[in-house]
Order: sequence, then C-alpha cells, then structure tokens
Amino acid sequence: MKQASNNTPEAAAFAVTRSDGRQVRLELAGPLTYASLGPVWNACIHAVRRAQPKTLVIDARQVTTCDGAGIGFLSFLLARVKKKKFSAEIVGLRPELQAMLERFGQPSAPEPPAPPAGLGAIAALGKASAEFFADVHSQIAFFARILLTGARMAAHPWRFRWKDFFVIAELAGFRALEIVSLLGFLFGLIIAFSSAMPLRQFGVEIYVADLVAIALVRVLGPFITAVIVAGRTGSAYAAEIGTMKINNEIDALEVMNMDPVSFLVLPRVLAALLVTPLLTVMANLWGLIGSGLVIRSLGYPLVIYLSHVQSILSMTDVLVGLVKAVIFGGLVGMVGCLRGLQTQLGAGAVGIATTRAVVTAIILLVLTEGVFSVLLHFLEI
Amino acid sequence: MRKPIIQVDNLTCGYGDTLILEKVSFDVRQGEIFVILGGSGCGKSTLLRHLIGLQSPLTGTIRILGRDITAAEGNQRKQILSSFGVSFQGGALLGSMTAVENVMLPLREHTALPADAVGWIARQKLRLVGLQGYEDYKPAQLSGGMQKRTALARAMALDPQILFLDEPSAGLDPITAAQLDELILQLSQMMGITFVIVTHELQSIFALASRAILLEKNARGIIAEGNPNDLKNDQTNPAVWRFFNRMPAAASV
Ligand SMILES: Nc1ncnc2c1ncn2[C@@H]1O[C@H](COP(=O)(O)OP(=O)(O)O)[C@@H](O)[C@H]1O
Ligand SMILES: [Mg+2]
Repeated sequence: MKQASNNTPEAAAFAVTRSDGRQVRLELAGPLTYASLGPVWNACIHAVRRAQPKTLVIDARQVTTCDGAGIGFLSFLLARVKKKKFSAEIVGLRPELQAMLERFGQPSAPEPPAPPAGLGAIAALGKASAEFFADVHSQIAFFARILLTGARMAAHPWRFRWKDFFVIAELAGFRALEIVSLLGFLFGLIIAFSSAMPLRQFGVEIYVADLVAIALVRVLGPFITAVIVAGRTGSAYAAEIGTMKINNEIDALEVMNMDPVSFLVLPRVLAALLVTPLLTVMANLWGLIGSGLVIRSLGYPLVIYLSHVQSILSMTDVLVGLVKAVIFGGLVGMVGCLRGLQTQLGAGAVGIATTRAVVTAIILLVLTEGVFSVLLHFLEI
Repeated sequence: MRKPIIQVDNLTCGYGDTLILEKVSFDVRQGEIFVILGGSGCGKSTLLRHLIGLQSPLTGTIRILGRDITAAEGNQRKQILSSFGVSFQGGALLGSMTAVENVMLPLREHTALPADAVGWIARQKLRLVGLQGYEDYKPAQLSGGMQKRTALARAMALDPQILFLDEPSAGLDPITAAQLDELILQLSQMMGITFVIVTHELQSIFALASRAILLEKNARGIIAEGNPNDLKNDQTNPAVWRFFNRMPAAASV
C-alpha cells in the first residue's frame, strides 16, 4: 500500500508493509511539514492502526525536511504505539532531525476527559431555582447595602463624589432628552389615534384626552422612560463597572480602603434616580402634545382638549407618576451597578453583565408596576 | 555574513505630531537573535508595531524577506504576515478561549491538519513553554507570566521564519526566564528561526543576543549597535555604558 497526497515533489508520502504479521514497517518520504501533512496525517495513522503492529519500524531515510508538524507527527505515532504497549523505533532519521525530535517532541499532555453528562431534569430544576433565589437574595442585599451606604454618606455629604455625579447625570439625563421626547410624542400620538377610532363610534372621541392624560401620566410615561434609562444608562453602568472589574480596578479600590459602593455605585444610582422623574415629565409633556395633535385633527379646538386634560388630571396623578419614576430610576441604576460588580472573568463577561443588567431591570420594572397598580387600587389613590 | 531578512531603511515614525523615531536604519540577518534595547518609553514597542505592519511609518521602508510590508496589500500582505509570528507585550490572548484553543487557532486557520493533529501539536507547543497541565485554563485564570508563555506558544504554532517577541521574559521568575532563553536559543539553532526580541533583562541579552540595537528617547533613534558583550565594554558613549552597567544617570533621575 502506497499513498501520496499528490504528485508534486513537495508532497509527503508513506507506505506500510507487514512482514510475518508481527513487524510493520512504515516508510515515510518527502517533507513532513505543516503544508504537506494535512492530507496524509489521518490516512497514515489509520493505515498503521489497520496493520496492527506488534513492533513498528518507522523508516525515515527518505524524509527530506521536518518542521513542528513533522515532529508532532512522529511523536504522535510513537505515543500511540506506546499506549498500546507495542514497541516502535525510528530508523534513518537525519541526526539534526533526530535532535529536534528529542528536544521538541515530548508527548503532549493527554486531552481532558469529556465533561460529565448534563444534570438530570430534576437536579437541573433544583440548581436553577437555587441560583434564582441566590440572585434575588443578592439583589436585596445589594439594595440594603446601597441604602446603608447612602445613609452614612448623608451624614458626610462633602465626601460624596459630586463631580462624578454631575457628569453621570448629564450623560444619563440631558443626553437622553431627545430620545425620551421622541418616544413620548410617538406614544401620545399612537394611543390617542388608536383609542379615538373605537370611541368615535359612540361620538365621544373627545374623551381620548382624558384617557391619554391618565394613562400617560400615571403609568406609561414613567414606564417608557424607565425602559429607555435601562437600555441607555443601566447597560452603560454594567459595562463600565464590569470592565473595571475585569481590569482589577475594583480590587484596587478595595485595597486602597475605598468602598466601591460609595465610590462608584452611589453617584450612579443617585443620578439615575434623579434624572428619571425629570425625563418622565418630558415624556409626559410630549405625549400630551402628540395626543393633542390627534384631537386637533379630529376637529376639536385645542382649548377643549386642554380643559379636559386639566379637569381629569389631579396633582395626585402627577405625583404618583413621579414617585414611580424615582423608584424605577433607582432600581435601574442599582441593577446596572450590581450586574457590573458581578462580572466574571474575561471580555465576554462584560457583554453578559450588560445583557443581564437590561433584562433584570425590565423584569423588575414590570413587577414593580404590577405591585403599584394593586396597591394604588386598594388605597384608592 | 548571512543575508538580511528584515531591512529597515530611514524609518521615521510617531503619533500625531510627536516623532518617536527619526531616520532609523538597520538590518536583521537570517537566523540571528536580534535584540532591541532601550529605556522604558523610548519607542521599542512602537518600532515593533511598525515591523509587523500594524502601523504605517511616516517615511521610510521596511522590507521583510525582501518585500515591503508598508506597501503590501491583499495576498502579498498575507504572505508576509504568514512568515512571522508575534507575541505581544500584554499577551493579547483571546479571553473567551482556553490556552490550548488560543494555540490551536492559527493551526486550524492555516493548515489542513486534522483535529487530532491540531490538538496534539498545540499541546506539544504549550509543553515546550512549560505549561503542561494548564492547557484548558482561560487566560484570566493564568498568571501574567503564563499568559506570556501561552502567547509565545501561539506565536510559534506554525514555526514561522521570524518570531517577534515584545518583552517575553518580563514578569517571569529567574528559572522560567532562563528556560525560556534556552528554548529561544534551541529554536534558533535547530529550526533556524530568526528572533527579534524587545527585552530589558541584561542576563537574557548576554545569553541570547547575536546583535542588539540600543534606542534612546532624546536621540529618537539608535545610539549603539553591535554584540552586547562588545557594547558592555564600550566606554566611549556614557549612555550606552550606563545601560549595560546599570548605572543611574549622573545628574537626572
Ligand atoms: N497610541 C499612542 N498614542 C500616542 N502616543 C503613544 C501611543 N503609544 C505609545 N505612545 C508614546 O510613544 C512612546 C513610546 O512608546 P512605546 O513604544 O510603547 O515605548 P516602549 O519602548 O516602552 O515600548 C511613549 O512616549 C508613549 O507615550
Ligand atoms: Mg513596550
């Protein structure tokens, strides 16, 4: 049996011969290199294995050159044969190549065994719920830690990092004005338009004004704004703190006896907490403008629209919306920082932290909104 | 004298308006271990980044195996790139892959070897740099010196003709550093690989270097060139003398 990868002089070739069934002779020829070994490596190993040698003689007299791949190939063959407890020898390898084999050709470490099969369904469920509760616990503990640190900071307000706070607040607040206004406007437009159609059948489309005003100010305004803050700012917190974490910057702060919570987290949470209600006001205003446009286009003068809005909205409604916005903002900021601090090793972990920050924030927003709805209903606010 | 494998001609480079090196010329010859020396911040890494084609010079040419890397594009650039391997100062391992996967990467991309072979050779390279047992660690789980050695294993995965190493033994203990020096010597002697090494370790320099250039920040160029053992005894240039004999500058710190 004789095989060559192709007919160019640069190709590696091998031939396997068996004498009296115990001794197998493998003749190698040509260069044994990265370029030449690709096509013959597996074929040659298989041919040797099929021949089932008791002793293997590798005849390397016709090997012209040998690089790292050739060394790897020869040592691979030797290691395979040794593992089967057969003997093998290489004859006729040029002395300088023999020296290279001895220096660079130690058998490489065995591959690790395949990881154990996955957990059973019940064990997996248990593991997932344990992780879930540990995560809930970490969020509550982090929340408490922020409150405590904040309270301590309130006693020494000059130690608060005001400069960082203002920079972050500008990025999180002022820079978000456009997107928040645009979304508020579009939402006002869309809700007004889609509710005007059914109300028109009863001739009461002017009540769109009441509907939009209440929905926007009490529920949608704070919620949309908080989702935008989660996507823009919460994710940025997680990415920034996460990158600091993998660069050991957080460790450096700790050993310099600076609490990362008061140094990094407090300014961020406070910024998110303060800018979210301001942005909410903006979203509400633009939402009302959007729905006003729709009413206007239905043929009502703006004065009527405004008087409807004014009579339906109470100060309580506005306050409810703003309180929600404060809480939403705080949650988003907290979760962003927490996920950042929880970042594991490596660059990929920052991406994971960012994703988790946004997902957790949105889940928390929905849950909190639900709690608020029930609470406000029973308190009749 | 052996033929030059890298020819640098009147190289001027810098960032923005700041010039780092001005009109630098030197050759690296086939098979030699060429060392780039100089104080911290004098532009060694910058020079290296130019040699490997990551940055374009302001003026001047750099020829590797006779081909101008500053002008090469497309396939020609690929050919030049495949003739050398680089180990960066910080390691530059891909953080999402294990050590052995990092070494397997060039083998998988640029050879037709089967998966078994790629794994075997990659593990063998890691063993050569003394990392047996750490094959399946992620870079973040390795120490700085281990990351460097993994980067070296990755750089030499394909046995390139030239290996560029930026401070390979910085951060290694003396024993590991000496083993690394020995490996470099053997790779050079047995495989004929040409090395261009940036290093500060005086012991390594004397053990390894066939030739060295000494860069200096204020001169923005080479202030000495030759065999380090000769340079060490050269008393004509005080800056060179201070570098090789570890003397602080007299007047400044
Ligand atoms: N990306 C960059 N932009 C601007 N200046 C740089 C940049 N990288 C390095 N430098 C400057 O170039 C000089 C040389 O840097 P470098 O080549 O890294 O020095 P070293 O010799 O220590 O490797 C330093 O003064 C450094 O500040
Ligand atoms: Mg450097």
